[in-house]
Amino acid sequence: MKKLKFFSAPYLVWMIVFIVVPLLMVAYFAVTNDSGELTINNISDVGQYANIFVRSIWLALIATAVCLVLAYPVAYSLSRMEKHKQGTMLLIVMLPMWMNFLLRTYAWMTLLGNNGIINRVLGFVGLGPFKMINTSGAVVLGMVYNYLPFMILPLYSVMEKIDKSVIEAASDLGCNSRGVIFRVIVPLSLPGITSGITMVFVPAISTFIISRMLGGGSNLLIGDLIEMQFLGNAYNPHLGAAISLVLMVIILVIMTIMNQFSPDDQVLI
Amino acid sequence: MKVTGKGRLKKYIALLLAFAAALGTLTSCGSSESGGDTEDQEGYVQTLTVEDEEYYTRFKGKNVSINVYNWGEYICAGEEEGTLDVITEFEDLTGIKVNYTNFATNEELYAKLKGGGAEYDVIIPSDYMISRMIKEKMIKPLNYENIPNFKYIMKEFRNLEYDPENAYSVPYTWGTVGIIYDASVIDIPEEEIDWDILWNEDYADQILMFDNPRDAFAISEIMLGYSLNTEDESELVAAAELLKKQKNIVQGYVMDEVFDKMGAGEALIAPYYAGDALMILEDNDSLNFVVPKSGTNLFVDAMCIPASSKKQEAAEMFINFMCEPDIAYANIDYICYSTPHQKAYDMLDEETQNDPVRYPSDEAKQNMEVFVNLSDETNLLMQSLWTDMKSAEDENTNRWIMPLFLVLCLLTIILVLVRRHIKRKKDIF
Amino acid sequence: MKILSKIYFAVILMFLYVPIFVLIVFSFNETKSKSVFSGFTLEWYEKLFHNRIIISSLVNTIIIAIAASVVSTVLGTLAAIGINSMRKTPKAVIMNVTNMPIINPEIVTGVSLMLLFVFFAARMSFQFGFVTLLIAHITFDVPYVILNIMPKFKQMDPNLFEAAQDLGCSPVRAFFKVILPEIMPGVVSGFLMAFTYSLDDFVISYFTCGSTSQTLPITIYSMTRRKVSPEINALSTLIFITVLVILIIKNIVESRSAKRAASFRGERA
Repeated sequence: MKKLKFFSAPYLVWMIVFIVVPLLMVAYFAVTNDSGELTINNISDVGQYANIFVRSIWLALIATAVCLVLAYPVAYSLSRMEKHKQGTMLLIVMLPMWMNFLLRTYAWMTLLGNNGIINRVLGFVGLGPFKMINTSGAVVLGMVYNYLPFMILPLYSVMEKIDKSVIEAASDLGCNSRGVIFRVIVPLSLPGITSGITMVFVPAISTFIISRMLGGGSNLLIGDLIEMQFLGNAYNPHLGAAISLVLMVIILVIMTIMNQFSPDDQVLI
Repeated sequence: MKVTGKGRLKKYIALLLAFAAALGTLTSCGSSESGGDTEDQEGYVQTLTVEDEEYYTRFKGKNVSINVYNWGEYICAGEEEGTLDVITEFEDLTGIKVNYTNFATNEELYAKLKGGGAEYDVIIPSDYMISRMIKEKMIKPLNYENIPNFKYIMKEFRNLEYDPENAYSVPYTWGTVGIIYDASVIDIPEEEIDWDILWNEDYADQILMFDNPRDAFAISEIMLGYSLNTEDESELVAAAELLKKQKNIVQGYVMDEVFDKMGAGEALIAPYYAGDALMILEDNDSLNFVVPKSGTNLFVDAMCIPASSKKQEAAEMFINFMCEPDIAYANIDYICYSTPHQKAYDMLDEETQNDPVRYPSDEAKQNMEVFVNLSDETNLLMQSLWTDMKSAEDENTNRWIMPLFLVLCLLTIILVLVRRHIKRKKDIF
Repeated sequence: MKILSKIYFAVILMFLYVPIFVLIVFSFNETKSKSVFSGFTLEWYEKLFHNRIIISSLVNTIIIAIAASVVSTVLGTLAAIGINSMRKTPKAVIMNVTNMPIINPEIVTGVSLMLLFVFFAARMSFQFGFVTLLIAHITFDVPYVILNIMPKFKQMDPNLFEAAQDLGCSPVRAFFKVILPEIMPGVVSGFLMAFTYSLDDFVISYFTCGSTSQTLPITIYSMTRRKVSPEINALSTLIFITVLVILIIKNIVESRSAKRAASFRGERA
């Protein structure tokens, strides 16, 4: 089969030109100024926005945690359903994800407004109005809503493979239901948890749509900051590239941490 | 030649609209209270007449297309029955296809053009941005032989400071900035409303603010008594401080989102451009609009052709078309801004012509300042102050976010280490 | 416990579906209000079908999605075959680079491609538009195709290809007769994934689209930033119904073929 190696040549060229080179361009822009001289200023300027980084990481962490807590029982009960039901139910759970992401976020804009539907309904009961839109809570809600399916899917696909007999064996051997969950199901679903966390955390930390639509422009995230430098109100692609570079590093660190929990690690140690 | 407005709507829609019009809900700006504006009465259909039809048909069948980049809600799209759909009329008349897209702020337009890639043939920036673009050679001189309708532009709007020889731009609209507020809630006489209401803590979380640095800084500078074109670093820093102070009570930073937010009563106060404000007033009766006495910005938006455009002649045709009296009138009647176009102005009803908001007296204009382009250093400073302001934390959240984050990081690391330790021990046994 | 989990499941489904249903309901609203329903109308649908910008961006989106998914399927299939026949180290390196567009935040991919295009646009005087958009879409589509195909090779006997050649097949014929049928399921699912990602992508398109080729998500974004017309609700409704119909058909087809396979197996037994 060795001859087949050359089949990948067109892709390798493509990969180098459109994946590797652009990332190098980001690095290049991050360390140069307008006249093309090397400088470290852009990267040190990113330090000014440390609070935005902290906020983005913080909000993305909360959103990821909430997603995990909400999705785990859903994935579990999905995986325990009868086989023929599973497909349909999974479809129903995943269906909203197929709607355009901007439209889904827009829907929350109309729900959360000061005169929005939620406040009107609460008004009938005599509550509120509550300030919901343009808060960081709304941003987290938007993240959870948009990325929840990304958590459910990997969890489900791991749990579906857990053999029923393993669970039965555990309870036969005297495990109570809590023991079954924490000693059998959670450890076995660990790969699903880690991939779910990365699948939610990465888009959550870098989003700029959710914070713009639900955060009212005063809850800036890293994504907003980058977008501002390229297509927004503060044109400065060099700074934008530097921020992107830092963002990539953060994600690299997160991935390394997550790899600590991956099953490979269980095998190694 | 006569081209009628569009008539492709299905019957029942037309019926519905006629019914709505009969109820008097379908009105154009300024006429909602008076009802005396005959041109907006039921059944009126504006038609388009052009002087020199031959001029416009040069590109017929040649498959030319141009890219027009304009502000949102800044052209008459024929949404109201009887008004002209300007883009479609242009395409039907000339056979040139128009790719029409929108931007929200001058800075966004600048970034999109400066970035390179995107090709536009007609853009409509504001005064200060035009002079910046002239300076950076981003727009090209126009051939006024192709724009005969430039003759309609009022003398006072020619050769303005941003384009002293008037070589690059054809004025489209002008206007002022003022405050839209909900008069049913805010119980302050109109004359007493000034910019400081945007800092009034009684209306915390009910205030919207401009989402672009130049307009936001301008308000802050008026408050502090500085020039809107100050280049003094300490003054700019002070203005940014004032904006930072306002941040705690601002509900959101918006541009054209203001239409929906104010229209639906999501907020009580917002500063915005006069024309758009008047459009918003039509949707919500309890709203009012004032141009504060203490001063404001007077702006002119003009049509230009980017230096990268390869279809200058077609673009100039579009600009000329926008200056056709019928088209200029249709636009100005729909978007509610003020027109520098003499013929279009003459076509307006008297009430609009005398409206102090749309056509302020020379005396009132004394108090208004036009933006000029700032130096590169000042632009950079303003940008970074703006980003700083927007990224600043509310003081009450700042204190716990950082420590919690650190603790969380520590916990994660400890967890990893403990896990490994336990694993090792297990393996030993 | 059973009932509790059912209730929980229902609550999550409500969370996922209520915003979408609100959008749908208000697409029939007579006034432009987003929180008060005042009467039934189909006006917004009528307007939507006459909205040239939406229609042309829809056409654009479909053209781009089809072109990008076809090209990336061909490119990705060839690449997967080639990569599979490589030695361990180059394989690992290439797979790591291939994973980058998936792991990296979309905004970083978008920005990096934008920088690349800007760099070349300035030097070779070409414009952003259909071509840049297509390149960007292919770039983020190919990795998904490759990742869908690679596992199929693990299930395949590596000697099959050589066996076919020994038995007199030309390499090309052997490829079509032996390899392709084996990896076909991966190719198909890769193609579908690429197609849906292309249809739905906003962030990367936003940075690479230029002035002429607007895709539907970009049009939706600019709609939400202006005076919002309920046409957007009508659009959401149509998208939702389209997705629903497609997924139901897919589900029916799948369950039928599963049944057929099951009965076939039954007969053989």
